[in-house]
Amino acid sequence: MSIGHTFLGLLESGPRHGYDLKRTFDERFGHDRPLAYGQVYSTLARLLKNGLVEVNGIEPGGGPERKRYAITAAGITDVEQWLAHPEKPEPYLQSTLYNKVVLALLTGRSAADLLDTQRSEHLRLMRELTRRKSGGDLADQLVCDHALFHLEADLRWLELTAARLDQLAKEVRK
Amino acid sequence: MTELLLVATGLRKSYGQTAALDNADFSIRPGEVVAVMGPSGSGKSTLLHCLAGIVRPDGGQVRYRHRELSEMSDAERSALRRDEFGFVFQFGQLVPELTCVENVALPLRLNGVKRREAERRATEWLDRLEVTDVSAKRPGEVSGGQGQRVAVARALVTGPRVVFADEPTGALDSLNGERVMELLTAAARDTRAAVVLVTHEARVAAYSDREVVVRDGRARDLEHAA
Repeated sequence: MSIGHTFLGLLESGPRHGYDLKRTFDERFGHDRPLAYGQVYSTLARLLKNGLVEVNGIEPGGGPERKRYAITAAGITDVEQWLAHPEKPEPYLQSTLYNKVVLALLTGRSAADLLDTQRSEHLRLMRELTRRKSGGDLADQLVCDHALFHLEADLRWLELTAARLDQLAKEVRK
Repeated sequence: MTELLLVATGLRKSYGQTAALDNADFSIRPGEVVAVMGPSGSGKSTLLHCLAGIVRPDGGQVRYRHRELSEMSDAERSALRRDEFGFVFQFGQLVPELTCVENVALPLRLNGVKRREAERRATEWLDRLEVTDVSAKRPGEVSGGQGQRVAVARALVTGPRVVFADEPTGALDSLNGERVMELLTAAARDTRAAVVLVTHEARVAAYSDREVVVRDGRARDLEHAA
């Protein structure tokens, strides 16, 4: 995730302190990974240097955390462009799991066992996310759903590969 | 660990030349939700039918609370399915001529419960499944999601010890499917009913406590093996 662009988006509604940005970011987007203070201030320093934000005021008491940041016109243009630009879909062409399956077949180990173990591990995580979803708010549900759909896609690949193991074994042992 | 409620060992079942089950094992404890997974045609539904005493296996054993199903008479197995088991299928299989509350009350009425009491209990379950508003409607007048919740209410109204659910969300969209799974598993856990959940969808299986995978008629029950 682009932390800089997210900060810019959050600053569009009004100036904020670094601490406030971190807190809002963590609440809305951080989930399992809250931002480190170092990341917050290095990101703000970069945005400042590039003219995308400006210091809007320094409160008495001093210290860098007391600075209030505001988005600039260039910052608004930047975040607008970022939102309008589609994300590059992940190609997922380098798969450790595929490599493991092929190596298992090449070395005479059980690829079916490998796939079963992996399915079990995927389902374990899916159960955890499903539990978290049922106790969570809408934001939690959407974040967990995103992960669940990706894990489900992996599992569909696992099933398909399991059904084609004999065929794949012939191919790799040629 | 709690004692096993339903245990199958070495199940075999063929339809003509086709082996639907080939040495399948399965076990479940009270209050446990076990997903039976596997590709289409792998034998999932045949396993469920054998476990529920609907289909008689060619070989192997199914023991429910220490009783071997094959040693029971047809009448005893029917009574078992009526009193101790509940069923939810992909399509609700509700009786179209009856209202939803009458559908849910039906298993109780068949057990001799008086109409007023049966419908009172049915209404409680419809409320629990969040479909009280469809009580007076017939199945043809409700949405797929509502119909499936009515079917879940009907499966649970008798207080079964085991609920057999065969692709219970197969005909529903994601949101409705999830809600049905949440309500089904929550209700089953509250009542300590075991749920045998046949599904090919991982997101549905994620509501279970563990999974058993069926492939080419062989069920790999890691719990059972342990």
